[in-house]
Amino acid sequence: MSILITPETRVLVQGITGDFGGRHAKLSLDYGTQVVAGVTPGKGGQFFEHGSHKVPIFNTVAEAAQATGATAAAVFVPPPFAADAILEGVDAKLDLVVAITEGIPIRDMVRVKRAMAGSKTRLVGPNCPGIVTPGTGKDSNGGCRIGIAPGYIHKKGHVGVVSRSGTLTYEAVYQLTTRGIGQSTSVGIGGDPVNGTSHLDVIKLFNEDPDTWGIIMIGEIGGSAEVEAARWIKANCKKPVAGFIAGATAPAGRRMGHAGAIVGGAEDTAAAKIKVFQECGIEVAATPSDMADALIRAAQRLGAKLA
Amino acid sequence: MNIHEFQAKALFEKFGIAVPRGVPAKSVTEFASAVQTLGDGPSVVKAQIHAGGRGKGTFVDGYKGGVKLAKTPTEAIEIARHMLGNTLVTLQTGPAGRKVNTVYFTEAVSIKKEYYLAILLDRGSSRPVIIASTEGGVEIEKVAHETPEKITKVFIDPAVGLQGYQTRQVAFGLGFKGDEFKAACKLVDALYRCWWELDCSMVEINPLITTGDGRVLALDAKVSFDDNALFRHPEVVALRDLNEEDPKEVEASKYNLSYIALDGNIACLVNGAGLAMSTMDIIKHYGGNPANFLDVGGGASKDQVAAAFKIILTDKNVKGILVNIFGGIMDCNVIATGIVAAVKETSLTIPLVVRLEGNNVDAGKNTLAASGLTLTTATSMADAAEKIVRLVA
Repeated sequence: MSILITPETRVLVQGITGDFGGRHAKLSLDYGTQVVAGVTPGKGGQFFEHGSHKVPIFNTVAEAAQATGATAAAVFVPPPFAADAILEGVDAKLDLVVAITEGIPIRDMVRVKRAMAGSKTRLVGPNCPGIVTPGTGKDSNGGCRIGIAPGYIHKKGHVGVVSRSGTLTYEAVYQLTTRGIGQSTSVGIGGDPVNGTSHLDVIKLFNEDPDTWGIIMIGEIGGSAEVEAARWIKANCKKPVAGFIAGATAPAGRRMGHAGAIVGGAEDTAAAKIKVFQECGIEVAATPSDMADALIRAAQRLGAKLA
Repeated sequence: MNIHEFQAKALFEKFGIAVPRGVPAKSVTEFASAVQTLGDGPSVVKAQIHAGGRGKGTFVDGYKGGVKLAKTPTEAIEIARHMLGNTLVTLQTGPAGRKVNTVYFTEAVSIKKEYYLAILLDRGSSRPVIIASTEGGVEIEKVAHETPEKITKVFIDPAVGLQGYQTRQVAFGLGFKGDEFKAACKLVDALYRCWWELDCSMVEINPLITTGDGRVLALDAKVSFDDNALFRHPEVVALRDLNEEDPKEVEASKYNLSYIALDGNIACLVNGAGLAMSTMDIIKHYGGNPANFLDVGGGASKDQVAAAFKIILTDKNVKGILVNIFGGIMDCNVIATGIVAAVKETSLTIPLVVRLEGNNVDAGKNTLAASGLTLTTATSMADAAEKIVRLVA
């Protein structure tokens, strides 16, 4: 299995007629993902065409979901309208909304998060690369790809990857794949201070998934989400876990690209988080080149298999 | 985005937050009329820079104090003359300091007691939080560490906003009574409206004071804004002071590049914030020192790569460059072509190590090899970092 999405998941794309959304909808179709609908208000009735694919476009998420059975959305809508797009997916009772959009005002996300309390929808992101559950075909084709991650670097298998950062996720996935170790699902939760799904939420899902045998957790400076996840792992997770924290050299008070990557106090530095990882039995990757090898070490220590 | 104290106080007044009377001046010719507005009594002269610790700061010419009390208008002008155009070094500015382009004259008020009041985002609960303390005028981190019981925290439900009982919690928490209590409630309420309506990332009043004549005032004001929300606040964008920002960072933002200058000598050019941060880390791991953080983003173009090279090279400390690209979707050959063009255009003479991985990487590597340029290629991040550290040493 996998978490959050499977190759059968039916996906709709909000903002499919935009440059960014359209480009990635095509890449997802090429990967074999079930992209069954697009949503662009005012363009309902048109089609998004790519090769032999002819994806119907709807005016609203509710219509798209009803007509196509889509249960998951990818949001590529520009920042001023992204909060609205997320809430439209929540109102349509989708299982999953993945917000790729970068640069959504924090106040908008504070309201979205509050409005989503008690709803059945899970939000991943915003400002995230999305989710990939690899398929069984060549270069993991036939999988489900929601977002902007490169599908072809994946390989179907049993390691879960969770990260705030896109390119660091790709780095970890690529290291695993080149060592012959496949992934169950890779999840980018995004670099913003207010996001829908936390490290801990994803770790819990990986822990429950019998097909996930090991986990790589990638974090960065700022906030305390990685620390909470690490403490939970220590108490509840028997699977091998490797961790990496980016930003050891970042000066305090400077935001490092991601809105959330800023050192505020003594507790959210890379050194403080790495210390907690070590205390919680997580094998820490000394450098970003060491992420897959760190997981291999963790698995060897526990006598666990990764592939 | 940050703004100056005098700008923050002007915003406060619009929301009904009481501040001491004050007048900013940007040139010596404005001094006389500024102090005249405040009258004959004592006043305070405050250097306006985007950094804390001004009171304990020292100017580069040895003049002490960026916040000074003047007994007379004449003395205030004298102090302001020392400050304007001078460069103030504080704990937060770094050794280079910041040039003072504006001086702020304010009335001197008699302080009865100092408090701390701030509003910011609590990441754990994804809600705004009001932080108040009876220990004003000192660093809140110190109070939180040593006497946490002196801090009141009130979390606000964004669905309904700040409620009356919460405002009272803050004011009672600070020990206010009578008319001061009413004034404090009004101020807390106004401060929350300011934070919410202007998309602030933080508002901080340290100290908030009570005066001998019964007023509750924001003696200092620090306001920063969520960059993501600036598109809906042109009135806030108008307050941006480019003098307070690194010119390289300003130039980078024009090309949609995220650049932050650091003090090392190995420049890096990377795609993705997380990868850029960890590229800095791995340089340090192998004994080098990163000169910058630079994220060219997920879809960098040839022009962006060229602009990034030029910005990196304006830093005179740079002795070598490390390019680290994981081309997930982005075509490695586009990046390679951009690198070759930029190296030729800038007549690069310092060592360059390139690590390319991902989409169309073979074509990218061929482009680099066929260019005839002297550059070093690397197979992994670790390999790249080791090589550039060795070449620069």
